[in-house]
Amino acid sequence: MSDVRYSQEHEWVRVEGDVATIGITNYAQEQLGDVVFVELPEIGRQVAKGKELAVVESVKAASEVYAPVSGEVVEVNSALTDAPATVNEDAMGKGWFAKVKLANKSELGALMDEAAYKTYVKGLH
Amino acid sequence: MSASDQNLLRTPLYDLHVELGAKMVPFAGYDMSVQYPAGILTEHLHTRSGAGLFDVSHMGQIRLSAANFAAAAIALESLCPADFQVLKPGQQRYSFFTNEAGGILDDLMVTRAGPGTDADHLFVVVNAGCKVQDIAHLRAHLSGRCRIEPLEDRALLALQGPKAAAVLVRFAPQSAEMTFMTGRPLVLGGMECFVTRSGYTGEDGFEISVPAGEADNLTRKLLADPDVKPVGLGARDSLRLEAGLCLYGNDITETTTPVEADLVWAIQKRRRAEGGFPGAGIIQKQIADGPPRKRVGILPEGKAPARAHTEIATQSGEIVGEITSGGFGPSVNGPVAMGYVRSDHAAIGTQLNLMVRGKALPAKVAAMPFTPHRYHR
Repeated sequence: MSDVRYSQEHEWVRVEGDVATIGITNYAQEQLGDVVFVELPEIGRQVAKGKELAVVESVKAASEVYAPVSGEVVEVNSALTDAPATVNEDAMGKGWFAKVKLANKSELGALMDEAAYKTYVKGLH
Repeated sequence: MSASDQNLLRTPLYDLHVELGAKMVPFAGYDMSVQYPAGILTEHLHTRSGAGLFDVSHMGQIRLSAANFAAAAIALESLCPADFQVLKPGQQRYSFFTNEAGGILDDLMVTRAGPGTDADHLFVVVNAGCKVQDIAHLRAHLSGRCRIEPLEDRALLALQGPKAAAVLVRFAPQSAEMTFMTGRPLVLGGMECFVTRSGYTGEDGFEISVPAGEADNLTRKLLADPDVKPVGLGARDSLRLEAGLCLYGNDITETTTPVEADLVWAIQKRRRAEGGFPGAGIIQKQIADGPPRKRVGILPEGKAPARAHTEIATQSGEIVGEITSGGFGPSVNGPVAMGYVRSDHAAIGTQLNLMVRGKALPAKVAAMPFTPHRYHR
């Protein structure tokens, strides 16, 4: 059973067992505009919560995607290399960036659930 | 909305942009539309296949006149290295204000107002970010010789793309006779405009100066044409970058000479020989000896864009330049950039490394434009 959690930097995390799939939220892709390039981490890289996981570029600018949880990168979505627009088309699904084997499941507790994230986004305007 | 947003100036089309769902951002002290709901990619691609309509009313429009045309042209030549005296009525030329160091204070478009208007005047369009300084510069040097009138009551629209001519002909049949880099008065939608056949995209197109009070009306009429879509500043930047056109403040500045910037083509032969503009000695020397660095096109070989301020290195790691403009080119469907490199590394095909996020990404010096110009000559 998977449950989606959200960071304040607009990343989402979907956990299955001890592997977390990470992407950016629909709100984030709307703010970015058309995504033209994605730089994914190498498989095997150790990422720390709050540190850079990936880079996503729109026509105008490059933005960092932060790791909402710590762990080891076990898979990346290489399809994004040839089809970066997938991030815009399906940010919450096919536009996922990387899968990370969780180092510390308790970090999930600090992330927002869907209702809290919706409230958070509303408060940004 | 922050307090600073409330100090931003608005063009006459502000309400229309908001109505169209534009994302507004500050630019040169104005609240401008960076994109509409269609997005930058779509707006860019539409401009190269249909007709894109841009609000560029933030730019400065100035009427420069004197006792007669020759006097106005000679006066402006004291500040710019172009040959304006030879302009025929209606002819437009690209130029720049230089400083004593041979650097560029701003780039601009100058049109000799043609038949049907007061043929004594020059219509000058300058960048928004420099217009206050440009007007001060003109006044400081030319107020004894010329009348300098900022046209604050006029808006400026740009209609650009392969379908722009077909659109405009529906409004004014005589627009079909205009060739690239000419200007004339035209009545569009019942409104008296001054139109030039030029632009900042590399495509055929027009820039339309219209009274501010009529800009909204004219824009709505143009947008009612099915081939016309609104385009924001985001796509304006990607279009001009693909076209190899300089952005003042990035690619040309007070510390770049026109020779370094590969703009000697805009210094006509008589001016190269005679000088008579600020920094002429330095510029003439660089034309004779070659400049120490050159503005070139740069094509990253991978998919990662390399943006302004990215360092450029040789394959052995020596830093030889810097990118001044870079991003993604939607028509090229890949990253494009321009920047300055030491002249011994400026030949087309030179292999270079771009230092992006600590990694050396391979790139080559490439000819510009990245997409062919399609001017109506």
